[in-house]
Amino acid sequence: MKEYVVFIGKHTVRMLLLLFFVSAVAFTLVSISPIDPLQANVGQAALGSMSQEQIAKLKDYWGVGQPPVERFLHWAGDFFRGDMGVSLLYRQPVAKVIGVRLSNSLWLMAIAWILSGLAGFVLGILSGLREGSFLDRIIKGYSLLIASTPAFWLALVLLMIFAVWLKVLPIGLSVPIGVETEGVTFADRIQHAILPAVTLSITGIANITLHTREKMIEIMESDYVLFAKARGESTWDIVKNHALRNVLLPAITLQFASISEIFGGSVLVEQTFSYPGLGQAAVTAGLGSDVPLLLGITVISAAFVFGGNLIANVLYGIIDPRIRRGGAKV
Amino acid sequence: MRKEKKVILDIRNFSVSFEQYEKGFQKTGLPVIRSLDVKVHEGEMVAVVGSSGSGKSLLAHGILGILPYNATMGGELWYDGELLTPGRQKELRGNEIVLVPQSVAFLDPLMKIGPQIRKGKKDKRSREKLNGIFRGYHLKEEVQGLYPFELSGGMNRRVLVSTALMGNPRLVIADEPTPGLHMEMVRRVMSHFRELADQGAGVLLITHDLEQALEVADRVVVFYAGTTVEDAAAADFRSEETLRHPYTRALWRALPQNGFQCIEGVQPYVKDLPKGCPFGPRCEFCTEACQEEIPWSRVQGGNVRCVLAEQHPKIEHLEFSMERRYGA
Amino acid sequence: MRGFNGRMKTALLFGMAVAFLAAVTLAGMVFSEEALLTDFSRKNLGPGIPYLFGTDWLGRDMFLRTLTGLSVSIRIGLLAAGVSSVLALLLGVAAATMGKLADSVITWIIDLVMGIPHILLLILIAYACGKGFKGVVIGVALTHWTSLARLIRGEVLQLKEALYIKTARKLGVSSFEIAWKHMLPHLFPQFLVGLILTFPHAILHEASITFLGFGLPPEQPAIGIILSESMKYLAMGRWWLALFPGLLLVLTVVLFDVAGESLRRLLDPGSAHK
Repeated sequence: MKEYVVFIGKHTVRMLLLLFFVSAVAFTLVSISPIDPLQANVGQAALGSMSQEQIAKLKDYWGVGQPPVERFLHWAGDFFRGDMGVSLLYRQPVAKVIGVRLSNSLWLMAIAWILSGLAGFVLGILSGLREGSFLDRIIKGYSLLIASTPAFWLALVLLMIFAVWLKVLPIGLSVPIGVETEGVTFADRIQHAILPAVTLSITGIANITLHTREKMIEIMESDYVLFAKARGESTWDIVKNHALRNVLLPAITLQFASISEIFGGSVLVEQTFSYPGLGQAAVTAGLGSDVPLLLGITVISAAFVFGGNLIANVLYGIIDPRIRRGGAKV
Repeated sequence: MRKEKKVILDIRNFSVSFEQYEKGFQKTGLPVIRSLDVKVHEGEMVAVVGSSGSGKSLLAHGILGILPYNATMGGELWYDGELLTPGRQKELRGNEIVLVPQSVAFLDPLMKIGPQIRKGKKDKRSREKLNGIFRGYHLKEEVQGLYPFELSGGMNRRVLVSTALMGNPRLVIADEPTPGLHMEMVRRVMSHFRELADQGAGVLLITHDLEQALEVADRVVVFYAGTTVEDAAAADFRSEETLRHPYTRALWRALPQNGFQCIEGVQPYVKDLPKGCPFGPRCEFCTEACQEEIPWSRVQGGNVRCVLAEQHPKIEHLEFSMERRYGA
Repeated sequence: MRGFNGRMKTALLFGMAVAFLAAVTLAGMVFSEEALLTDFSRKNLGPGIPYLFGTDWLGRDMFLRTLTGLSVSIRIGLLAAGVSSVLALLLGVAAATMGKLADSVITWIIDLVMGIPHILLLILIAYACGKGFKGVVIGVALTHWTSLARLIRGEVLQLKEALYIKTARKLGVSSFEIAWKHMLPHLFPQFLVGLILTFPHAILHEASITFLGFGLPPEQPAIGIILSESMKYLAMGRWWLALFPGLLLVLTVVLFDVAGESLRRLLDPGSAHK
C-alpha cells in the first residue's frame, strides 16, 4: 500500500513537471513565430494611417518587443497565481473565456468520450473474439474506414445529410441565432449539440475498437484461455470469466488516453459546426494571434490529458490485484 | 492384472501438421507430429516421453480438440471404445477428459483461485465439491481467495491438480507437470497423479524426463521427431536388453545411473526429416530398409517401430551388434 | 482461384495500392495547370460527364482540382513522414543505446509531445513557422515520430539482449558493425512498415491543419482548402464540392493503410501461416 502511494505521488509530480514543460514549449513556439500580431489583427492599411504613439500603444497591448524569457517568467508567475492573462481578441480574462468555452465543449466531449468508449469496447470484444469471422471483418473494416476519415469531412457529410438535405438538425452553433441567452432552452442546446457529439463519437469509436480488438485477440491466444477451453468452458464462459476481466485493464488506459484524441477531434468538429467551444476558440486564437488565449487553451488541454493518464494509473492500481495486493512495480 | 482393464484411450497413427509459407509464396504443410500411437487403460499411467520441442503438447491439445485453427489433424482417436468426434470432445473435455497444465501461467491472472477452479459457478454443490478437493490436498480454504500470483510454489501444483478433479475424470492428461522442480517436489506431484490412476482413471503423462516417468508410470511411450518409436512397460527399462528400439536404448544409456552416455547428433527439425525412420541418420544399424515406411509392430509385450525388430530373433541380433560396436 | 493463396493476394493488394497512389500523385502533377483553369461558362455544374466531380463557382474542374490537391497532400505526406520516421529511428536507437540519461530525456520528450492534443500541437508549430508549406511539413514531421520511436526503442532493447548480439560483442565485433550487420537488418522491416503507416496520419493531419487555415495558403489546390471552401456552398446544395474530394481523400488514406498493413504481413514471419 505504501508503495502504491509513492507510485501515485511520483506520477503526480511527473505530471506537474510535464505541464510546466508543455507551457514552456508552447510559449517558445508562439514566441519564435514570425507572425506580427499587429499585421494580423489591425491590418497593414490601418497601421499606415496610425500615429507612432498609437502603434506603440498597440505594440504594448500585443506584447511586441519584450524579451521572451522575461515574458515567459512573467506569464508563468501570473498563471501560477491563477491569472491567465487577458484574451486579446475577446478582451476578457482568458480564464473567463476558457470557462465559458469549456462548459460548452465539456459535455460535448463527455458524451463522445463515454459513447465511443462503450461502443468501442463492445465492438472490439465482439470483433476480437472471433478473429477473421464475418463480423470481425465488418467491424474491422468499418473501424479502418473511420480511422482514415478526417473528422471535419465526416462533419461536413453529416451536415449535408441532416442539416441541408433532411433539414432535421441545425447547421451548428450552440444556440439558435438571434435568440437572447435567457430564451435558449435546454432542448435548443441539445439539438445543436447532437451533430457535433455524434461526429466526435463516431471518430472516437474506431481507435478504441481497433485497440480493444488487438488486446482481445491477444487474450484469446493466451495460455489461460487455452486452458479454459481445455476445461470445457464455452465461449460465453470464457468471455464472462476471463476476457472481460483481462481486457478491462488495457481498456481503461485506452479510454483515458483517448481524451487527447477527443480534444483534438473537438477542434476540427467545432470549427466545422461553428460550435462555440474550446476547440473553436483555439483555432480563432491561433488565426488571430491571441497568444494568451492560445497558451491558456494549450495548458488546460494538456492538464486534461495528463490528468487522464494519472487517473488511469490510479485506477490501474485499484483494479489490478497484482499492484493492489502484491505491491508489484508498474 | 492390468491387462483385463478397459482401454480408455486409443490413439492410432495420429498426426498434426501446420500450414505454413516457406519461401515467397510456397504453401507447405509442416508435419509436427507424423505418426503417434498410444493406448491408455483405466487405472493405468502411461508416459509419453520425448525431448523438448518435439510437439508433445499438441497431442494433449489434439485429444481435447483445442488445436489452433491452422493445424490439421490426422489418424484416429478412440475414447472409451468409441471414436472421439469433435462433438464428443466438446462434451467430455473438462469433465471426463481433463488437462493438468504445466504451470500457473495457464491460470487467469486476474481471477481468484476458487471461482476460477469452479469456472465461475457459485452454486452450493460446486462450492462443497471444491472445499472437499482442497481438504484432500491440505489446501486451506483461504487459498480460494488468492490470485494465482499469490500462490506459493508448493500450492501451485496442488491447485493445478485440483482443477482436474472438478469434473469426474476418467482420463487425466498431464502436460509436463513438473517443469524445473526439484526431485522431492516432483515426487510429490507425481504421487498425486499416481493416486488418480489408482482410483481408476487413465493418466497420460506427457514429459521430457524419462527418469521421472520411470518412477511412476506403468508404461512408457518413446516419442522421437514426431513419431512414436517404442511402447514399453516401465519394467523393461530395468536393463538395456529388454528395450526394443535403438533410440530407446540410447535414452537408457543416457540415464545417470547407466553412465550418462549421449549419442551424437540432434533430433532433426520437422522440415528436414529423413524418409522412413526419423532416427535413421543417428542410428548405428541404419540400413536401406530403414528408409521405407516402418510398421508399428508388436514385439515381446510392447510395440516398436523398427526394421530390426521385424527380423527374428531381433533382440539377440541387436545385442550382438551392440557388443561389436562398443566392445562391451 | 486455383494456385492463388493468401500471400499472393496480399502481395497483389500491396502492388495495386502503390500503383494507384503513384498514379494519383503523377496525375496531379501533370494536370496542375488545368486544375487552376477558371471558365465561367461551365461554373457550378453538378457531377457528370465530362466533369466527373462537377465544377465550382469559378468553373474549375473539381476532379482535376482534387487530383492536384491529393497529389500535393501525398507529396507533403511523403516528405513529412520520411523526416518523421528518420527522426523516430534516430531517437529510438539513441534512447536504447546511449545510456540512461539519453533514454530518460527522450522518453520525457515523447511524453511531452503526446501530452498536447495532436491538432493543438500542430496549430502551435504551424503558428511558430508562420503557417504555410513550411509550417505543415515541420508540424507533421515533428508530431508523428513518437510511437515509432517507442517501438524501435523497445525493439533495440530486446535485440541488445539477444544471444547472437551478445556473442558477437564477446567476440570483439565493434559496436558499429553490430549495429550495421546485426541490428539494422532486423530493424529495417519495422522501420519500413512504420514509415508507410505514418503516411496516412501525415496526410490526414496535413488536410486537417490546412482545413483549419494554418496550412497551405488558399491559392494552393490543397485538399484541405477545397473542403474548407466548400463549406460556404453547402447550404446552397452544392454537395459535390465536399463529397467527392473527401471520398477520394479517404480512399487515398485507406490505400496507404492497406499498403502498410500488407507489407507488414509480407515481411512478418510470425503471420507466415495465415
